[in-house]
Amino acid sequence: MSILVNKATRVVTQGITGATGQFHTRTCREYGTQMVAGVTPGKGGSDFEGIPIFDTVDEARAATDCNASVIYVPPAFAADAIMEAADAGVELVICITEGIPILDMVRVKRFLASTGARLIGPNCPGVITPGECKIGIMPGYIHLPGRVGVVSRSGTLTYEAVHQLTQLGIGQSSCVGIGGDPVNGTSFLDVLERFNADPDTDAVIMIGEIGGSAEEEAADYVRREMKKPIAGFIAGQTAPKGKRMGHAGAIISGGKGTAEAKIEAMLAAGIRMAPTPAELGITLREALGA
Amino acid sequence: MNIHEFQAKQVLARYGVATLRGEVADTAGGVAEAIAKLGGTGPWVVKAQIHAGGRGKAGGVKLVKSAAEGREYADWLLGRTLVTHQTGPEGRVVRRCFVEEGCRIARELYLGLTLDRETSLLTVIASSEGGVDIEEVATHTPEKILRAAILPEAGFQPFLARKLGRQLGLPAASLPSFGRFLGALYEATIATDAALVEINPLVLTEDGQILALDAKMGFDDNALFRHADIRELRDPNEEDPREQQAQHFDLSYVALDGSIGCMVNGAGLAMATMDIVKYAGGEPANFLDVGGGADAKKVAAAFRIILSDAAVKGVFVNIFGGIMRCDVLAEGVVVAARELGLKVPVVVRMEGTNVELGRKILAESGLDIITASDMLDGARKVVAATQGAGA
Repeated sequence: MSILVNKATRVVTQGITGATGQFHTRTCREYGTQMVAGVTPGKGGSDFEGIPIFDTVDEARAATDCNASVIYVPPAFAADAIMEAADAGVELVICITEGIPILDMVRVKRFLASTGARLIGPNCPGVITPGECKIGIMPGYIHLPGRVGVVSRSGTLTYEAVHQLTQLGIGQSSCVGIGGDPVNGTSFLDVLERFNADPDTDAVIMIGEIGGSAEEEAADYVRREMKKPIAGFIAGQTAPKGKRMGHAGAIISGGKGTAEAKIEAMLAAGIRMAPTPAELGITLREALGA
Repeated sequence: MNIHEFQAKQVLARYGVATLRGEVADTAGGVAEAIAKLGGTGPWVVKAQIHAGGRGKAGGVKLVKSAAEGREYADWLLGRTLVTHQTGPEGRVVRRCFVEEGCRIARELYLGLTLDRETSLLTVIASSEGGVDIEEVATHTPEKILRAAILPEAGFQPFLARKLGRQLGLPAASLPSFGRFLGALYEATIATDAALVEINPLVLTEDGQILALDAKMGFDDNALFRHADIRELRDPNEEDPREQQAQHFDLSYVALDGSIGCMVNGAGLAMATMDIVKYAGGEPANFLDVGGGADAKKVAAAFRIILSDAAVKGVFVNIFGGIMRCDVLAEGVVVAARELGLKVPVVVRMEGTNVELGRKILAESGLDIITASDMLDGARKVVAATQGAGA
């Protein structure tokens, strides 16, 4: 088992004719993922290396029964693409695109609430269940099948954690990049709930960063409900407060969002914090009591 | 992207937000002319135009009773460096003044509109305590901070202004004026993809009207592609020259005070790299995320920007290749190092896609590049190397 994706996941690539879409569709298929369809408006009827291309997600779903989508379309069109996938009944929508306007995502989030779709991202590396299914841009070969879940806001820092685990011989059940944007589809809390319920996950690495309050909310859940050990890290502990113009951002966050506040909340929830990002793997091993 | 007060007021006025009449001037004579043009009996207000709050306390705002007094004050103000709690210690140079007609103020309030990340909704923040440091109000008297979320599918509804207006203690006769103001503010925010709009103070005049005495606007950089008119309002004088250059190459760069230049892919790893440099006893000179799809040219540009900072005594390149290939990174580093010469120690740590090829390119370049096995090793090596260089 695993969370979100597995051998049975059937994936449609939105934006399959662009260079990025092509490159990653190919590497995901080489990894063993079932890449069953592609969508590019105006290119329906053609194919990419044998993968049929459709004009709409609706047609792709009807023809191939795809249940997950991965989106590489440019930022100006990404919000539309996410809503199209959700509208077509695709259950899991993974948006890799970086740079989507915030107000577009505010509308997307409201739209998704009226559908059954789960969005991962945007601005994320994707989701992988090592040895079974890779959807996204993460380098597949650094992963090792196993029993540790990884959830992170940062793409490359996720790779860092996975690489350290694999070097120690500790495999991963699933790795989820939730994305670094202020408005995203899936929170730490959503992913932790799934890892908590997953019989094949024994422990979790959670990597947050400064800004927002998603880590604090997750810590509250961990304190109340989490049955499995967690190792954590917050990036941006030394980031300067920044040259700000107004105050509304600080008011709305109500003192949350700083590295100190997040680390304090996570420690209080019993999460073992890595002193440096180079020690994510060994901190997890300590948390496992090994 | 941030803009000046006078620009924010021009943008907001386009959507019907009530402001005072004003003129912008960049010379003392221009300020005197602006006062003459605005006319009336005065007083008028002369305000320094910089991208930071706290101007009043720093001497950047003055009530003047005549054109002569305005000229005298502008003579003192223009070219002066103002240091406020939002400028950092280096301050900002005043290049322009905004001159406004005065008004009779009955009350000063606070009004802001920004994204609440917890709810993913645009949210109005209002307070009866205006014209003061609102963060102080939020800390000491949080009950005086009101919030109201606006659902995108419904948009602004007038009841919201009536409710908030009464909670703020506005007289019933002023509620329609407040409703028009808030509705226009919301419309301007949506239409321009503003990430932040802040009116502090918002004033209730003696004749019961609501208007913006000050205005700050910041925009969502990701949405600027669809706002050519907003892009034109960018003031390069308010931005770090290296940050501007980085922007040109689509690199995310923030200048800091330390001596160790950092080049990293991914914002999270870039922040974590700064953390680990500090942990190893160094101080990062910058935050730099080259992004996922960087080519050798972009890497070389990033290298040039880092080295153009005279405070940089060493460079730490920390790359975990996913989309980005280590061989491309290595090529970029080699090109830049050959072009600029390696005047400071460079430590490279890389992992991920095509790492062997990348290491080979660096090894065969003949350049004196220090390689590191992991992040901590790299941070320690760059700190040691810079200390050896007498930094």
